[in-house]
Amino acid sequence: MPVVRIPTVLRKHTDGAAKIEVSGSDVGEVLRGLVAAHPGLSEQLFDGDKVRGFINVYVEDEDIRYLDGLASPVGDDAEIALMPAVAGGAG
Amino acid sequence: MLLEDISQAVGNTPLVGLPRLSPPDYRIYLKLEGHNPTGSVKDRVAKYLIEQAEVYGLLRPGQRVLEPTSGNTGIGLAAICRVKGHPLTCVLPENTSEERRQLLELFGADLVLSPASEGSNGSVRVARELAAADPELYMPFQYGNPANALAHYETTAPEIIADLPDVAAFVAGLGTGGSVTGVGKRLKRWNPAVKVYAAEPEYGDLVYGLRNLDEGYVPEVLDLSVLDSRIKVNSLRALEWTRRLAEEEGIFAGVSTGASLAVAVRVCDRLPAGSKIVAMSPDGGWKYLSTGAYEPGDVSQIAERISGILWA
Repeated sequence: MPVVRIPTVLRKHTDGAAKIEVSGSDVGEVLRGLVAAHPGLSEQLFDGDKVRGFINVYVEDEDIRYLDGLASPVGDDAEIALMPAVAGGAG
Repeated sequence: MLLEDISQAVGNTPLVGLPRLSPPDYRIYLKLEGHNPTGSVKDRVAKYLIEQAEVYGLLRPGQRVLEPTSGNTGIGLAAICRVKGHPLTCVLPENTSEERRQLLELFGADLVLSPASEGSNGSVRVARELAAADPELYMPFQYGNPANALAHYETTAPEIIADLPDVAAFVAGLGTGGSVTGVGKRLKRWNPAVKVYAAEPEYGDLVYGLRNLDEGYVPEVLDLSVLDSRIKVNSLRALEWTRRLAEEEGIFAGVSTGASLAVAVRVCDRLPAGSKIVAMSPDGGWKYLSTGAYEPGDVSQIAERISGILWA
């Protein structure tokens, strides 16, 4: 089953869980399943049907904006990572 | 090479091939920005931020400059401000490495520390508050100032084109987004087939210490449309490539270089055989020695130990 990695800032909505297994064959399906199990995440992740601009979603390290967005396919053991946008590190 | 002043020594950095680390049929080159006067790519940005502000009348002679920066931009600004006669205040997270603080103070900058728990976003917040409270301060604000990307558009990219006209792809880390945006746009104007990839550092939890996502921040300088892909790189992989670079190619670079290199290697198979890829090396490793990143030992243990401070 695909695994979703939850950033620290969102773990208050997942009872502290950092990794959550959710079934689904594309990113949208997995994230909808995640939100169904943890409704507190809904507003944090989505603005209507779209992923919020401050959230970066990666499948196997690739930003889904440059794949097929929420329709990007995910393999059975794929890792989906949610990352908040932050100002540059070594800036 | 005779120059009248250190500000003229910015840019014209070496572009160095990696014959031992490039995948077969591809050649990766590193743009070694550590060869700039204060040792990082940010000398280009600092010079443009100050000179553009002077030209457009935003910065008067002797006026104080204020900037949120966790190191390299501050050090570059400190040197430029010194020779151009501007006092400087830098706002930086309190967990910034000791080397960088000492360099800033040596160049005469005043330091204001922001909470480590807020990461770089905290420096941005504190700097904005200080600037709002004092109209005598000029804040170039590299995250939102077009001069940042312009420095790369007008200097970094033309140097790459001159040295490697058949460059097929460019990779740089994402901080302010200035290098991918500026270099990327110029390379695509030169040859629309050029691909641009961003290496996104996967920061430690400390850097992500945001209380809620509304405090998340996408720099205005970053133009996401110039990217062909954005790939995240964790501390371990960045560190592995950084250390291999020293061990196999004799190049001592900062950890952001390892992140760019990891992405450069990863994207090779998306490009035609024979492609030449330029990866950005923002700085050398000197300022990170005290983090322990280069110590002998098990690299995964080292990565774990330092992931909170590595990108700070």
